Amino acid sequence: MQCAEALRVQAYFDTEVDALSAADVERHIEHCAECCALLKDLKEVRGVLRQESGFAHAPSPLRAKILRALDEEDAGQAPAGVGSIARSGTQILARSRAAPFWTGALSGAGGMAMAAALAFFVLVPRFANPLLDELMNAHARSLMPAHLIDVVSTDKHTVKPWFAGHADVSPAVADFEQQGYKLIGGRADYLDQQRSAVVVYQHGSHVINVFSWSGKGAALPASVTRNGYHFISWTAGDMRYCAVSDTGRDELMGLVRLLQDLGARDTVE
Amino acid sequence: MDEKRVRFEAQVLPHLDAAYRFARWLSPAPADADDVVQEAILRAFRAFDALRGSDVKAWLMAIVRNCHSTALKQRQRRAFVPLPEENDAQDAYAMTATNPNPEDASIRRDEQRTLDRLIAGLPEEHRTVLMLREIEEMDYRQIAEVTNVPIGTVMSRLARSRAALKAKWLQEAEAVPHAVR
Repeated sequence: MQCAEALRVQAYFDTEVDALSAADVERHIEHCAECCALLKDLKEVRGVLRQESGFAHAPSPLRAKILRALDEEDAGQAPAGVGSIARSGTQILARSRAAPFWTGALSGAGGMAMAAALAFFVLVPRFANPLLDELMNAHARSLMPAHLIDVVSTDKHTVKPWFAGHADVSPAVADFEQQGYKLIGGRADYLDQQRSAVVVYQHGSHVINVFSWSGKGAALPASVTRNGYHFISWTAGDMRYCAVSDTGRDELMGLVRLLQDLGARDTVE
Repeated sequence: MDEKRVRFEAQVLPHLDAAYRFARWLSPAPADADDVVQEAILRAFRAFDALRGSDVKAWLMAIVRNCHSTALKQRQRRAFVPLPEENDAQDAYAMTATNPNPEDASIRRDEQRTLDRLIAGLPEEHRTVLMLREIEEMDYRQIAEVTNVPIGTVMSRLARSRAALKAKWLQEAEAVPHAVR
């Protein structure tokens, strides 16, 4: 007979419960051997799936075929009155512009970053918050080759002092590899008219940028999703943080909680 | 390119890989998955003006699932059973993890093949929630939206599929000690 709390333990594992319930579940796990084992199993299955399972990409011929189909769809919907010569002209133009980009740059994982970067620039006029624009652009820029990390280290004692000479703030830094968020380095970025510190984490196949700067300027929404990218921001003392990634919102929240806990502990000490 | 096409490529096409993976878990034959993805993208493009809200990925995945169901019904009507295309399936899987050691790489491929087989053996509704959660990292609400079932059902299916996969993995390890770690 399975423990009645099993589904709640699973929800806790999937970061689907609030902080209060999370504490509740943690207390329960301490006393329930069955749920303790369940949690271990859940971690194991996730580890195997994320490690061994192929993160397949859509093959390039399929991409090309889909783009051609979209071209045809587009041409079919051209407004009435447009001459057939003009229409085929735009189509050729659209194709010649699209084809090298998609078949070349978009054939691999790096291509997705390019697409994401492109998405940012195309969509920028739609965002009202200038600071959010800055964060978007900084995150997109960081995904371009050789822009992600200035100081490569998995050691917080290397990353944190590095910021002293390169940024105006000293953020909370720790490696959470045990919890699935591997510290991979740091970077300085110009944001909100100051040198902000960016701590870079890796979660599965996703990059998470945690921006930090001193608290002034425009306010950010606590949690917002733009075009599949999640932004979670919070303040700690006079510091402001914003975590940006294309990983799941709850996964991102997991790192935010760890960083908030870390910040709270630092203040007490 | 007109403005709609530009917005579509910027907002929807970044999820093409996810849509493709999803279609592959739904359809055993790679050619079917290709057709499903293409049909889904075209449908998404036609419906793009009506899209409200920001969760483009969940929206696209729901369309993929609908296209798959429609295609499956059509195939069943024709009573056509595709032969398994095992080699195609393996070739099409490109792993992002690179490993310089060929021996390790070969072990990894074996494990991946074993895992793919075990996942393929799960009932479709279980396989779907498991992969949406673990690989696409979608939350319960998004999975509920894509699979069109209540969140409670998502939770119980997720629990069952995880337990089943764990049990199968253990069984495999006992039967063929070298196949899995």
